[in-house]
Amino acid sequence: MDATRESEPTPMKNRTTAERQSERELVVTRTINGPARIVFEAWTKPELFKQWWVPKSFGLSLLSFDADVRVGGRYRLVFSHKGSEPMAFYGRYLEVTPHSRLVWTNEEGDDGGAVTTVTFEEQGGKTMLVLHELYPSKEALDGAIASGSTDGMGETLEQLDELVVTLGASVGRS
Amino acid sequence: MVQYTRTGFDASFAALSDATRRGVLEQLGRADASITHLAEKFHMTPTGMKKHVGVLEQAGLVTTEKVGRVRTCKLGLHRLGEEAAWIERYRQRWDARFDELDKVVEDLKRKEKVDGRNKRE
Repeated sequence: MDATRESEPTPMKNRTTAERQSERELVVTRTINGPARIVFEAWTKPELFKQWWVPKSFGLSLLSFDADVRVGGRYRLVFSHKGSEPMAFYGRYLEVTPHSRLVWTNEEGDDGGAVTTVTFEEQGGKTMLVLHELYPSKEALDGAIASGSTDGMGETLEQLDELVVTLGASVGRS
Repeated sequence: MVQYTRTGFDASFAALSDATRRGVLEQLGRADASITHLAEKFHMTPTGMKKHVGVLEQAGLVTTEKVGRVRTCKLGLHRLGEEAAWIERYRQRWDARFDELDKVVEDLKRKEKVDGRNKRE
């Protein structure tokens, strides 16, 4: 029974880590089994991005996604959560370096939002992703955490959604 | 004095990996207690308990204060526990998302292989 599986090995699931690296920073890491070129494409082409950014378990619908993935270009991502009022997440790109680095702002919050950086580092055909969120102050990150702990996923999703929007932005190849 | 460093979270998780230390936190959740009292409660020497409390203190989960000859322990920043839980939820969100990204990347790799083969033919 098990022998039949050998011809088609299940790819190993890689570990995702997350930690607060300082008073103002959150860092997430994950290795993806593919070259940086492909991972970057999946992150920056809207039609591909939409396939993974919002797993069903999130309970969210992605209503629209517009992005001008160039330095200074803007993005806007609109979600609805179980039929609630749509929520928009937006900002602009500070850096766009194909296959290696994306940096964007998250501007929908009241105070100056976080700046998110994601780097793609290829090694042996795999890509190490390091996603870094820098908050404007210790209080801003503490606040995000405090509000997140009162209502489960709301704030967390907001943070993630912002990232999604940016990442979902098209690299302009479609 | 407790130093908060970048490894604060590692320290918290390490501190919580031990059953006695988790028990001590539970106990302190009910009431502050001296090292001596905790040592009796957990059937160990005051020296042994002092070490456990030291680990919890390093992680910021417990604070101690010496008054006269008695060192009293109390829960440290509660926030740390909430923050650790929040980070774990945050991690799970990303993990779910990256699982989906894995699938998209596998698809793209497969397609590229097929396209490459077609071009060669």
